Amino acid sequence: MEIVVASSVGVLTAGGIYLMLRLRAFPVILGLALLSYAVNVFLFSSGRLAIDMPPILNKYGEASYTDPLPQALVLTAIVISFGMTAVLVMVALGSYIDCEDDRVDMPGGLDGDTGKDDGQ
Amino acid sequence: MNHWIIAPVILPALLAPILGFVMRHDITLARAASVAGAVALVAIAVGLTMLAAGGETHVYRLGDWPAPFGIVLVLDRLSALMVLITAVLALIVLLHAVASGWDARGRHFHALFQFQLMGIFGAFLTGDIFNLFVFFEILLIASYGLMIHSGGPQRMRAGLQYVIINLAGSTLFLFALSTLYGVTGTLNIADLALRVQEIPTDEAALIRVAAMLLMIVFAVKAALFPVQFWLPGTYANAPAPVAALFAIMTKVGAYAILRIHTVIFGPGIEATDGLAGTWLFPAAVLTIAVGAFGVMGARRLMPLIAFSVVGSMGTLMIAVSVFTPEATGAALYYLVHSTFAAAALFLIADLIVTRRGADGLSAMPASVQNGLFASLFFAGAIGMAGMPPLSGFLGKLLVLDALRASPQMALAWVAVLLGSLLTIVGFARAGSTLFWKSTALPPEPVPADGAVPAAARPVEVAPTMVAIAVLALLAALAGPVAGYLEGTATQLFDRGGYIGAVLFPQAEG
Repeated sequence: MEIVVASSVGVLTAGGIYLMLRLRAFPVILGLALLSYAVNVFLFSSGRLAIDMPPILNKYGEASYTDPLPQALVLTAIVISFGMTAVLVMVALGSYIDCEDDRVDMPGGLDGDTGKDDGQ
Repeated sequence: MNHWIIAPVILPALLAPILGFVMRHDITLARAASVAGAVALVAIAVGLTMLAAGGETHVYRLGDWPAPFGIVLVLDRLSALMVLITAVLALIVLLHAVASGWDARGRHFHALFQFQLMGIFGAFLTGDIFNLFVFFEILLIASYGLMIHSGGPQRMRAGLQYVIINLAGSTLFLFALSTLYGVTGTLNIADLALRVQEIPTDEAALIRVAAMLLMIVFAVKAALFPVQFWLPGTYANAPAPVAALFAIMTKVGAYAILRIHTVIFGPGIEATDGLAGTWLFPAAVLTIAVGAFGVMGARRLMPLIAFSVVGSMGTLMIAVSVFTPEATGAALYYLVHSTFAAAALFLIADLIVTRRGADGLSAMPASVQNGLFASLFFAGAIGMAGMPPLSGFLGKLLVLDALRASPQMALAWVAVLLGSLLTIVGFARAGSTLFWKSTALPPEPVPADGAVPAAARPVEVAPTMVAIAVLALLAALAGPVAGYLEGTATQLFDRGGYIGAVLFPQAEG
């Protein structure tokens, strides 16, 4: 059990980091999604792995339960990473439409553009 | 419990949706409401600072749940100070954005601005480390919107990079938090402080990993070497008023390091003793170098200022890395100074770039009000570079003085002084190119349609002048302010006081 969870976190993280280092927007988005899966599983296991245990204290049976707090934390993290991924997709799309390519790096660097006021 | 403690979070949280949903078609109404909100926040922040000035640590328990089980907000002198700086800065930036019309160049500027403030205030006030993560996300998601406000290809691309680097940072933050929770079983900062000090040295490996992961996350926010690379691109391409507001964002990272790495992983804790300072010091020295060389090498005005912000973060963190109350007091003085200095410079840059039409550092025929802008830039530059009479000089002097007792004093002094010298040279070169050489060129012929850039109205210049006046005030009142901040630092290092106030509150009526 531990080895499965640990290696899945490891593989997801490795894949996520590899994809994040590509220079195109789409692989980077996928990479960040993989990373957020990895961190969710990791967060879930931080309350120790327990099988078939309720996340509440049972006053009738034996007093064994799994820690409910990481589950609440994971829920928060999932909601936040979902929202963030949506924002990321929109910004990437905007950048793709405006620049007409999906590169993540800046071709001209900091000196690439001297026109400052393009907002009107 | 004093309910005003949560007001800086509640007020923008309620105002922002109203601005976004109800007032989105009426820019005048939105401006009025947003400015009124910012003024109210300054008033609240002043009230909270007066409340905290007594030296007591005030705790606000949400839902009245006792501390390790519920989320708490903690108001001490440090968080009150940070709230006050943010509120004043926000008002200055907002007035500039309204006067210069930046807020009308895209949609939802005011709503995003208020959400951003909510996140920043929450991050400064919270006493729970997972809650800190949530407020970080709130301030980040609002900052993504502000960063790409009014659009444009270059800005969208820079915005995409900014979003990506911060999402990676948030993931790392979660890894750090779950490691921390796996080891200690709690996320309340005071409770964590209690648990961590009981961990024996030979079982400390995991907690040391968590401490360093958190350090990296905060270093990303504070733009410390080697994770400073996102800042120049972001600040240089953000709308100038937004870049000025972002001056407080790097300080959120600095505040988090100050809070977490003194209260939880502070000096004297067996498990993590000396860990933070050992890594922070060389990182800060290199950050100063990166900032100074960046200022020397910049070919546009906005990157020049962005690199000077990087350099000032280095100077700030070099004082933080000592982790003594005296040095932290100096660091806090420099923190207040560098926030307003950076904001003032970005606002001045906006005034100049709007008139010139481009922000390249090359001589162009002098624009309208060349003398006024030159003197404003001069004031901002000597504030940032650390020359008398503005507060940058005193701030750097206090930092140097605080580092005298440090074993790495020689390296630190050389870094700060050389960094300042290079920054002065960089700003002097930029200023002389922009304002001095321009006057030697023949004035531009008036275009056929007569469209010369309008002169800045007093109301557009006023916010910038207020920012510089804050620097002057900080210098004039240096004695009392430095004394107050030293008291603030002493309270920060009184870990027992913090833990006691949060976990073992006296019964109150």
